Amino acid sequence: MSSGKKAHATVKAEALSIGYPGEMVLEGLQFELAPGRILALVGSNGSGKTTLLKTLAGLLPPVSGGMEILGGPPLACPARVAYLGQFHPSSFMLPLRVVDVVRMARFARHGLLGRLAKEDEQAVQSAMGVTGIAPLAEAPLNTLSGGQRQKVFLAQTFAREADLILLDEPAANLDTPARKAYRSHIRRLAEAGTSIIVATHDLDEAAEYDLTMLLARKVVAFGPCRDILTPETLLATFGIAGTYQEGRIVIVEREHGHGACGHGHEGPCDAQPRASPGARQPPCLPP
Amino acid sequence: MFETFIAPFSTNPFMAKALLAGFLVSVACGIVGTLIVLRGLAFIGDALAHGVLPGVAMAMILGIPGILGAAVGALAMIAGIGFITRRSNLSTDTAIGLLFVGMLALGVAIVSRSHAFSGDLVRILFGEILGIRSVEILLQVVSTALIAGCVAIFRRPFLLLCFSPEQAQTSGYSPRRYHGMMLLLIALTVVVSFRTVGTLLVFGMLLAPAASAALFSRKLSTMMAFAALIGSVSTYAGLLASYHFNLAAGASITLVASLAFFGLLVARHMSQSHSARVHP
Repeated sequence: MSSGKKAHATVKAEALSIGYPGEMVLEGLQFELAPGRILALVGSNGSGKTTLLKTLAGLLPPVSGGMEILGGPPLACPARVAYLGQFHPSSFMLPLRVVDVVRMARFARHGLLGRLAKEDEQAVQSAMGVTGIAPLAEAPLNTLSGGQRQKVFLAQTFAREADLILLDEPAANLDTPARKAYRSHIRRLAEAGTSIIVATHDLDEAAEYDLTMLLARKVVAFGPCRDILTPETLLATFGIAGTYQEGRIVIVEREHGHGACGHGHEGPCDAQPRASPGARQPPCLPP
Repeated sequence: MFETFIAPFSTNPFMAKALLAGFLVSVACGIVGTLIVLRGLAFIGDALAHGVLPGVAMAMILGIPGILGAAVGALAMIAGIGFITRRSNLSTDTAIGLLFVGMLALGVAIVSRSHAFSGDLVRILFGEILGIRSVEILLQVVSTALIAGCVAIFRRPFLLLCFSPEQAQTSGYSPRRYHGMMLLLIALTVVVSFRTVGTLLVFGMLLAPAASAALFSRKLSTMMAFAALIGSVSTYAGLLASYHFNLAAGASITLVASLAFFGLLVARHMSQSHSARVHP
């Protein structure tokens, strides 16, 4: 984990275009993230959050443009970057104990044959303590609930003690105390110098962080959450006509889709905006 | 007791050799089979086991060692699967299936040109564990040591790859490289084991003991050790059954390994039901 001040940005993107073969997702990204800052990626499903995180993690090659992660190309320093994706489809049947899964985070530091040292074990125990899974250390992974597994994967991410942490909807499946604990912990990590990028649908969470990038297959806005959540950006990001006031979205009128109807539909509803008491709750309209 | 359980091996050198060869196959298949089960490569393992058939058949016709033909067949299979998945939009399963039937058909077509068609085919498919030679056992020793050494050295990337290819890549281990390495280990196991239990039955030895071990293992190394042990016990019991009841040796071994899986599955179910009753 970084503790001292660094001269260079942890993440630097210049005219970066990302996507998949034959499908451009985001074009012309231009941003920097300094050490110790937390950036929230916010947008509806398919807006480009996961694609951006995967590109920064080195899992997808950029379509064009340049980016630097910790002063070099992605994957140049695997031990200094931690990534938590959304799915672990094949991990459910592995004969692994919780502690073994968390321990895997330290492999990047020791190569093929380097022995794990005492400090590695301390990092593993500390990460399990932070996420509340220390009592489950000896439990087989395949006996845990979805929420418990998510805590294990979060612990694995934290145990790497990286300088850059990339989290794709990490609070999914977590209960309220676990969400609070995770948010407090990443704030502590940021204060110690770690840069963190989080994809989230929770605007309350985004508002806690230093920066927010609103995505809708383009960068709608980038800056502190409270400054960029305007009626125009809400409309462009979620298709919601509303305003952002005191940590909540007050819906004025729906533009299109089922956004903000509160009925749990796909699409803009994923933004989980909340209407303040007395605000007009729009009916659930067909798209 | 001695007459029934020990004498068949102590008084018949061919049975002792078969037992040793079977143990070696069990260790190799236990290690590699664990990777197959955890990485979800059962279909590709099956396809590789059959993909060696044309190579072996060709080697027989040309009069060169069958093991060389098997190696060529396995490598052609791996290259073909990679080529189809890269050059088309088809899934890996489809590519494997296409090559699986294609290679099997090619093998049968080549063998049909041989004068002793049925004898050759049966020998390739079901092995000749009772006719195993010392040089082949030596080859088994070397290849099993190689497989165990490779898995010991690359256990971290293999484990990460089974857990999540994304985690492997972000930890600095190329999923493509280590997936390819896994396929080569499967191919090596199939190639050196086909003489013992045959191309058809080697797949059973790859899968059944590892699947049995997965039922009650909590660690990768434990699962590999259990799989090797279950395979070895199946070899012993299968050879014994073959000796006393005049059954095909390779098939008996694989049958015992498969029955062991179902037995352990039922035992686990009963144990879990009992625990649920005692600690509701």
